[in-house]
Amino acid sequence: MHTIWTIAKRELATFFDSLIAYIILVLFLGFSGFFTWLYGNDVFLVGQANLRVFFNIASWSLFFFIPAITMKMLAEERKTGTLELLLTKSVSDRQVILGKFLGSILLVCIALAATLPYVITVSNIGNLDNGGTICGYLGLLLLSMAYTAIGIFASSITTNQIVAFMTTLFIGLFFHIIFGVLAHNFTGSLGQFFDTLDLQSHFESVSRGVLDSKDLVYFFSITVLGLYLGEWSLSKRHIS
Amino acid sequence: MDIQIEKLTKTYGPQKAVNDISFDVKTGEVLGFLGPNGAGKSTTMKMITGYIGIEKGDIRIGGKSVTDPESNFKQHIGYLPENNPLYLDMPIIDYLEFCAALQGVEKANIKDRIREMIGLCGLNREKHKKIGELSKGYRQRVGLAQAMIHDPEILILDEPTTGLDPNQIIEIRKLIRDLGKEKTVILSTHILPEVEATCDRILIINRGSIVANGTPETLRKQAQGNEVLKVRIEDAKAETIAKALSDLDTVQDVDLIEREENLFEVQSIAQQSSKRNIFKLCVDKKWVLTELTPLETKLEDIFRNLTVN
Ligand SMILES: Nc1ncnc2c1ncn2[C@@H]1O[C@H](COP(=O)(O)OP(=O)(O)O)[C@@H](O)[C@H]1O
Ligand SMILES: [Mg+2]
Repeated sequence: MHTIWTIAKRELATFFDSLIAYIILVLFLGFSGFFTWLYGNDVFLVGQANLRVFFNIASWSLFFFIPAITMKMLAEERKTGTLELLLTKSVSDRQVILGKFLGSILLVCIALAATLPYVITVSNIGNLDNGGTICGYLGLLLLSMAYTAIGIFASSITTNQIVAFMTTLFIGLFFHIIFGVLAHNFTGSLGQFFDTLDLQSHFESVSRGVLDSKDLVYFFSITVLGLYLGEWSLSKRHIS
Repeated sequence: MDIQIEKLTKTYGPQKAVNDISFDVKTGEVLGFLGPNGAGKSTTMKMITGYIGIEKGDIRIGGKSVTDPESNFKQHIGYLPENNPLYLDMPIIDYLEFCAALQGVEKANIKDRIREMIGLCGLNREKHKKIGELSKGYRQRVGLAQAMIHDPEILILDEPTTGLDPNQIIEIRKLIRDLGKEKTVILSTHILPEVEATCDRILIINRGSIVANGTPETLRKQAQGNEVLKVRIEDAKAETIAKALSDLDTVQDVDLIEREENLFEVQSIAQQSSKRNIFKLCVDKKWVLTELTPLETKLEDIFRNLTVN
């Protein structure tokens, strides 16, 4: 655990040491804020519904924001050769993957914490619903875990950050939209199947406050699978 | 801590990068791993340091196989990879702290260790810079510092002097020699004077196989075969001298190199030396012996013979 924390801490420090980090953070906040304001400017009428808009917009922001965080994590280390130095320290492949995962998630948490002012503004005006707010953030966190794991996997299969970014978006697109569309277009068990895979519906059910173990299992499965595939790809060492 | 390598093999596609090699490195020994580019030096080192898995064969470090999940061998190794990859955007001190924490240095000792490494590697003037701001030579020192931060018993250095200027090369070699007094060191290079300057033992590797293994002296002896002497004798005709030389019991062959200078190359028969006989001959005949030097086979020649295919 100490090793994982050491790796995560370095990721965070490196991130805040670069200008790109702040650009990404500002873009994230700006994007979430702008669209929440744009689509939810009937804020004085329905506080509750407005929060729903914010969480929805934030889920989209994270969809773009996370691939930008995770893209360099392993791809860049592979490219510059620092991966060799890291993996010959007394760390395991799994600790490296988990450290990078933890680092990214902490960063997402920082970004999410920075959105609290929005939520507070909205809640002060409408009816404050703590339960709803907490569930909304929980939904965002679960969604972030899934996309971060996918992003780390994508970063592990290439030496090119842009390729990693695009791969994460591409895989994410299926979970974020395509499965949902397919679920609508098919009926019966196939439709059901795609509906189970659709991330949006799980996200909505969590953020609406319906805590179903099915949703938790769903998010954790994607996370574990993504990290596991990342570890597997790392264990191959060379990619051609 | 010693290293035993047994029948190690690694294939990349159809090519055997390392082919069934076995050798030992004893505690406190500096082993020079010598070979042309592409011989398989780096591949072997990557297997010893646990970066790439072992395909066939075994590596034992301090008696324990690296395939044993309990062995924790990486803690005993300090590694400087080829091309010295470092996090360029990190400050030196932060980077050394990171490495120390990963290698299990106790938190209370980390500061001291960093200070010690900065002193040992001569980084004092540059210590507040980011690694990316350093010159190549200083980066190499950071590379060495990170390898030694946890005071490992084994050091694996892959071409540690490439890209350094001559003064830096001399400094780094001296550092390695000093370290080698206590630690087990494997150092790879394709530069011959480097192994002669730093290593107790040389292992020459070519196309994935070991082609020679021994101290510089034994390698020279093996390659040399019979004694060859360069001899210059004055006060007689070259032919007369050549005849007299070849009549000596211990001489197998005489070559006249330069007639005007009376310069000869005299090869002795196996296991014999002709130095005394030549001297006696000159005394008897009242000739003046102005030169008598053994011709050493240079390590370069050995290397070329073994690795030119
Ligand atoms: N990742 C790799 N994929 C394919 N071939 C490789 C790889 N790494 C090394 N090789 C090949 O293995 C051989 C040995 O390489 P290496 O160990 O780096 O040699 P050296 O360090 O002695 O110069 C070379 O022919 C090299 O091309
Ligand atoms: Mg090499």
